[in-house]
Amino acid sequence: MNVAAAPARMGAGAQVEPAVVPRRQEFVRRFVRNRAGLLGLAIIAVLVALAALADVIAPYDWRSQDIVRRFAVPSPQHWLGTDELGRDIFSRILFGGRYSLTIGVGAVLLSFVVGTLVGIVAGFYRRLDGLLMRVVDVMLAFPGILLAIALVGALGPGLSSVIIAIGTTEIPGFARLNRSMVLSLREREFVVAARVVGASDASILLRHVLLNLVSPLLVFASLRMSTAILVGATLSFLGLGIQPPEPEWGAMVSTARQYIATAPHTFAYPTLAIFAAVVAFNLLGDALRDTLDPTLRH
Amino acid sequence: MTQYVLRRLVVLPIVLFGVSVLVFMVLHLVPGNPAQVIAGPDAPPETVAQIERELGLDRPLPEQYARYIGRVLQGDLGRSLRSRRPVLDDVMDALPNTLQLTLVAAIITPLIAIPLGVIAAARRGTRVDRGLMLLSMLGITVPVFAIALGFMWSFGYQLRWFPISGYGGPIWTFDGLRSVALPALTLAVGAVAALARLTRSAMLEVLNQDFVRTARAKGLRERVVLARHGLANALLPVITVLGLQIALLLSGAFVTETVFAWPGVGRLAVFAIQGRDFPLVQGTVLVIAVLFVLVNLVVDVMYAYVDPRIHYQ
Repeated sequence: MNVAAAPARMGAGAQVEPAVVPRRQEFVRRFVRNRAGLLGLAIIAVLVALAALADVIAPYDWRSQDIVRRFAVPSPQHWLGTDELGRDIFSRILFGGRYSLTIGVGAVLLSFVVGTLVGIVAGFYRRLDGLLMRVVDVMLAFPGILLAIALVGALGPGLSSVIIAIGTTEIPGFARLNRSMVLSLREREFVVAARVVGASDASILLRHVLLNLVSPLLVFASLRMSTAILVGATLSFLGLGIQPPEPEWGAMVSTARQYIATAPHTFAYPTLAIFAAVVAFNLLGDALRDTLDPTLRH
Repeated sequence: MTQYVLRRLVVLPIVLFGVSVLVFMVLHLVPGNPAQVIAGPDAPPETVAQIERELGLDRPLPEQYARYIGRVLQGDLGRSLRSRRPVLDDVMDALPNTLQLTLVAAIITPLIAIPLGVIAAARRGTRVDRGLMLLSMLGITVPVFAIALGFMWSFGYQLRWFPISGYGGPIWTFDGLRSVALPALTLAVGAVAALARLTRSAMLEVLNQDFVRTARAKGLRERVVLARHGLANALLPVITVLGLQIALLLSGAFVTETVFAWPGVGRLAVFAIQGRDFPLVQGTVLVIAVLFVLVNLVVDVMYAYVDPRIHYQ
């Protein structure tokens, strides 16, 4: 994750020109042509469906142990084998998807709402800009995962702590992106024109500014989903997030690492699940960026 | 130039102040009474009160912060709740190990990344290029802990080239160098991937320029063109990103050190959090964050120094 943080910083720091949102059919037509994006979307759809329907699909209860068949290799009975307590890895991965997706959505939603608010206020009301951006700078002074680790360290383990910790860490990125877009939008003719005809701040913000932020924010949020899922799994892997015996993917890998020499499948499959989720949201984000706004490419 | 450095130095205390406030707040984000959490749910009230006094939790917040920062400035980071040793001693024992690990990773990163990037650019559009770029994509998206376990499994258990985990001594000894190999490689993977991509695109940009065509036209060998006209001019952005990556290596240390049982600050921090040892958590986080800020400052200043065309507002 040391690298995962890097593109966010660069992306957020760059001056971005919001482009006009393409019409819906045009958007769908262009998106469908993007194969990588479709693949990402398909993986996400599968992951969401598997997590949502885990109760129905899972062949076993994620808790049920079968000590006789511990470390069973993949077979028709246990598609992905069993772990150190003889629990079915496939079933556990299905249920674990709920954690990863909840963490991703929760953390991104939190940073999206707070970061957008902070960024718009800083960009629109310049008097508050200095103060808000200094706070953002301080948060960025923590390398990558450190702030999330410190926060989760204070809040203690658990789902809500992980969401708050990761969500807070992600706020600066959203704040900077919004601020830079608002700064360039507020000088554009249509905003100046709205002001000239006497529109209130609220109406300018809602109708002219916020609407133009939607597509870049969508792109950014999708890319940050993959980081949030990755950091969530990492925190659990370090034993700081979701705790075993919960079937969180990172926690599963963490337990499996003791048996790495004898049963590599116990760590391979949960790892693959994390990787699939991370890559899928990355692909979706890239495709959305290319489709919605080619100028966002850096 | 001087002005730029001065500006950065003026901002530095503000950032450090903010960092210290955030680290200080860590203890106050603990749900409920931190003293109770530390003492355990069944602890007698006297014990809780004693811990409260020890941590100064019975005083108003600004006063607590003032005392905290006062102590920190004198090099007193408090005492570990578990080992009862001064936090600074624990951190200072671990810090050299983290620095050694980071140093080795920082040395291997450009050694692997720059040749890969140059090769990809020279073979642009071929299978070699596509393969390298796919690999670097993997290096960026695969979680660090998965890379760590993958290396451990393949080079440690299967091939038995390197010890699986632990600290084998200082890196200038043979055993030390062997023990640092896997953690340092793991730590370097993400940075290598990012840097190789950047080297490739920087090279491609330069190779499109007129002077490169001239160099080829006058009959220089491709090797010379790539090295003297290509790489030499592509190096600047590469150096910048290398600097950023080196600073970010510090945050990769948490996972890497934990997996490989490397006795550094990252692992110390993870242990501290698991043990709810809050003074130690604060100490490790503060040291890593301050280190990061300082490394970033040095990198920025060096960058401005290397490229006189850069003007900072």
